[in-house]
Amino acid sequence: MARPGALFIPMSDAGSLVALIPRLRRYARALVGERGAADDLVQDTLERAWSKLHLFRHGTNLRAWLFTVMHNVHVNRVRAARPTDTLEDDMPELAQRAAQGDALMVRDLERAIEALPTAQREVLLLVALEDLSYDETARVLGIPIGTVMSRLARAREKVRASMDGKTGTKLQIVK
Amino acid sequence: MSDETQTIGEGDLQAWVDGRLAPERRAEVEAWLAAHPEQADRVAAYQSIDDALRAHYDPVLEEPVPARLQDAVASRRRWRAAAAVAGWIAVGAALGGATVWQLQAQRGPVPVAQPEAPVIARRAALAHVTYAPEVRHPVEVGADQEQHLVAWLSKRLGGDVRAPKLDAEGMALVGGRLLPRDPGPVAQFMYQSAPGRRVTLYVRTEGPDQRETAFRFAREGNVRVFYWIDRKFGYALSSADLNRDELLRLANVVYQQLNP
Repeated sequence: MARPGALFIPMSDAGSLVALIPRLRRYARALVGERGAADDLVQDTLERAWSKLHLFRHGTNLRAWLFTVMHNVHVNRVRAARPTDTLEDDMPELAQRAAQGDALMVRDLERAIEALPTAQREVLLLVALEDLSYDETARVLGIPIGTVMSRLARAREKVRASMDGKTGTKLQIVK
Repeated sequence: MSDETQTIGEGDLQAWVDGRLAPERRAEVEAWLAAHPEQADRVAAYQSIDDALRAHYDPVLEEPVPARLQDAVASRRRWRAAAAVAGWIAVGAALGGATVWQLQAQRGPVPVAQPEAPVIARRAALAHVTYAPEVRHPVEVGADQEQHLVAWLSKRLGGDVRAPKLDAEGMALVGGRLLPRDPGPVAQFMYQSAPGRRVTLYVRTEGPDQRETAFRFAREGNVRVFYWIDRKFGYALSSADLNRDELLRLANVVYQQLNP
């Protein structure tokens, strides 16, 4: 009586979805910053994922698929809320504020991540925080792998530049 | 410089930071970095940024998951959509046979001729596999707030809901949660034995045309379920850890406690 494979979803997927909520929350927190807004994003993602669960190919990576759903939800929300905002790769960087001492490093990190264009922030977080491969990241975001690499390089360099001098490390990039 | 200098690009450096180079390539990149200290400093800074990212955001993993997010998975609409997509029968059949038969309980209510389709058993089994494996957040309200839990669920189900006491059977109440369902909400109580075996009691309101039924047994995958309808409520007792006889004994205790 089982239906064809594409439609078949084991009961365990419901449990898997629940088990992955903390991972989604971590990524969302880094992506949008504020806790309530991050959980809103997770909630929208879970609801959309449920309604689209039949599109998930069982046996593939459920976590990566959920990040794909979250990416789509997030991009739509950003577009709807602020049509001119930071979806483009290159935006003017925020002015860097001088910070003193290690106590401010955490805030500096948050600010540096927040200052990234969304497209670069997503790549950096999926690779560095969520440990997705470049290939998985490319599929999650629906972009070529070369774009993943260039966004990753730019994101890291921007964060490094904005953290530079605040962590006691003097670094210069040589081009 | 050597040939390697020309062939090592930014992509190699990023992949080095992420530990995604093959061993030979990694050795080449590291040899190159040894000859280019500024670049070595730069990629080291990238690594420390990654470390800081994880150190800063990893604690989110340990935070309690807000109930609204758990509900987003278990909510009525998604539940029904998932059921429609998965097909409850397909789920059971694929996981080892949806064997459903009727059982005359020793002291349970009298069986009726037309048994209800075992939707309740399937939903209870799904709810069981969803929450029973949870280590951190198996319930919304813990047994330490039992009065509040029972009052809350009674209010939401619109009737006098009680959490049976199964301590004499070696099962302690862990707590409970609310699971939305058509046409009204569902309560789930979770019990756990000292060795960590778990049982959930699924309680839902039944329509006025529902009559009492005997205990019935269903098996969904590795989850065994005894279910019955008693006046206003339908009940399903599920466990993947107890065998049929153990579960039946527990179901009798539950039934008797709810019908003093």
